[in-house]
Amino acid sequence: MIKSWLMALSLLITLLPWQAHALLTIEITGGSEAALPIAVVPFGNEGFAAPEDISEVIRNDLASSGRFAPLPKGDLISSPHDKSEINFKDWRLLRSEGLLVGKVSSVDGETYQVQFQLFDVYKSQQLIGKRYQVPASGLRRLAHQISDLIYQTLTGEVGVFSTRLAFVSVVNTPAGQKRYALQVSDADGANPRSVLQSKQPILSPSWSPDGERLSYVSFENGKAEVFVQEMRSGRRDSVAAFKGLNSAPSWSPDGKKLALTLSKAGNPEIYVLELASGKLSRVTHNSQAIDTEAVWMPNGRELLFTSDRGGRPQIYKVSADGGRASRVTFEGRYNASADISADGRFMTMVHGLNGKYYIAVQDLDSGAVQVLTETGQDESPSFAPNSRNILYATEQNGKGILAAVSVDGRIHQRLGESGSDVREPAWSPIRK
Amino acid sequence: MKLLKSSAVLLALVWLSGCTNPLATKESEADLQSGEVAVEDRNAESSGIAGENAMGADLGDGAEAQVIVGEDAFQGNELDDPASPLSNRIVYFEYDSSSVRAEDQQTLAAHATYLSDNTNVTIRLEGHTDERGSREYNLALGERRALAIRQILMLHGASINQFEVVSFGEERLAVEGSDDAAGLQNRRVELIYVGR
Repeated sequence: MIKSWLMALSLLITLLPWQAHALLTIEITGGSEAALPIAVVPFGNEGFAAPEDISEVIRNDLASSGRFAPLPKGDLISSPHDKSEINFKDWRLLRSEGLLVGKVSSVDGETYQVQFQLFDVYKSQQLIGKRYQVPASGLRRLAHQISDLIYQTLTGEVGVFSTRLAFVSVVNTPAGQKRYALQVSDADGANPRSVLQSKQPILSPSWSPDGERLSYVSFENGKAEVFVQEMRSGRRDSVAAFKGLNSAPSWSPDGKKLALTLSKAGNPEIYVLELASGKLSRVTHNSQAIDTEAVWMPNGRELLFTSDRGGRPQIYKVSADGGRASRVTFEGRYNASADISADGRFMTMVHGLNGKYYIAVQDLDSGAVQVLTETGQDESPSFAPNSRNILYATEQNGKGILAAVSVDGRIHQRLGESGSDVREPAWSPIRK
Repeated sequence: MKLLKSSAVLLALVWLSGCTNPLATKESEADLQSGEVAVEDRNAESSGIAGENAMGADLGDGAEAQVIVGEDAFQGNELDDPASPLSNRIVYFEYDSSSVRAEDQQTLAAHATYLSDNTNVTIRLEGHTDERGSREYNLALGERRALAIRQILMLHGASINQFEVVSFGEERLAVEGSDDAAGLQNRRVELIYVGR
């Protein structure tokens, strides 16, 4: 059984189809973790053809995670759409562990009924099965939700296929100017849409824990200021526009506060802003050092931040109420841009080595550091909400692209060509 | 007499355009709260109107200079003299450093002298970094560089209300690229005389 799991991921590279309407495309560029063979049978279709190929979206999701090896379509011996049509013996011969079948039928031109069943091939048993009714516009999102269910059923971990990514894109106009856009896409990079466009730089997007709001830094008023924007309504408020720097927002786990960097007292310091009351409290008091890039520990009581108080940028930990900071990183001369996994076990950061910058991960208990990337121009790491992958910005052919790496360093993904420079990624929380 | 007249006209123009009379500024400097001019000056610093202040002063200087012709030396505002150290408006930095290099001290001393001689002039210090490393850290580093320049200018006699400080971090590179050559050009503070 274990043996059948072993399937070289390199095979996938040739098998992965490009998604037609994805501006950013996930592609596995390396990794050796055993992937679970699964047969994804194209869903049956009744009535009006669905505008989304649901089983294809699911197949891409599973393959892109690097943890599943969907069988090549040509190897599928039959096309069952429910249990009565399945001959489990056939699928065992193909050494497929899992089998996904389903049907899409149109209720009317606008509404579709979707059902799926996931089977354990060796036990001839249904693991999970569900039926939904959704509008045509909800088909793609539903496909990602089904992927999440399959992922969770087979791995025991939370799937993140229906989460979103925020990032900043930059386009050079023919007149030689830059146009910045804060964009939000599906987790597979599909459906990127601008939520803010500006002639001035935008950076450091941070999601509210409910995924309903983004905070970010915009230079639209000539200097760095912090804004909060509601995703649904598009309503936005300036929350910090003091003299000096206003930057590096990070949402507290309870969604009520923002940690910020402000230099209104003459030097960049960490502050906590209570959003409802506007009450501002200062956390760090080191007037000689740069203190910035605060992120909350999942307990909501402590912050990690970057400081050069020891001479070089390193990560420190401090109570959100202030007090003494303790140093967290000791390996290397440059550690910055920390992010923490939702389970609190790992910290990822930019790790500088000989003038190059890599994404590294540090076990917060043992302190062990592992460098995960290789290009040397890697920045802005952001954990997936299931603590398993890290999204980051890197460069390819002189252009900014997004990439992801698993926390164990074994699966590398690249979100491919999009025509613009992309940077500053932030992975959304899981939609409740 | 002629000169005096044109100066008077100019001063009136300056006044009409909402700018500060450079002479009046000096006189009222001691009491910033009471003088109308000084209050304007303060607003200018925070709202960016300061540009017109500087322009007013330049107009005055420039106009006087135009009356005199045929001299050998550069005629006009010192800021426009390509041979003056004031024509150096960019200070470069070492990697991850905000220390000003010895060779830039003279340039900065000249700017400081100009600022202390022209207290109505405002200067914007724009701090920049190379594109390596964290964007947020670079934003802070750019500010630190700009503040390092401000400190030197103040040590040489410029006054704190003559400054606007802004950092763009790595968001406005002078040269695209992450190699050493690009880095040298990108790690900089630009001295921008407001309104010029």
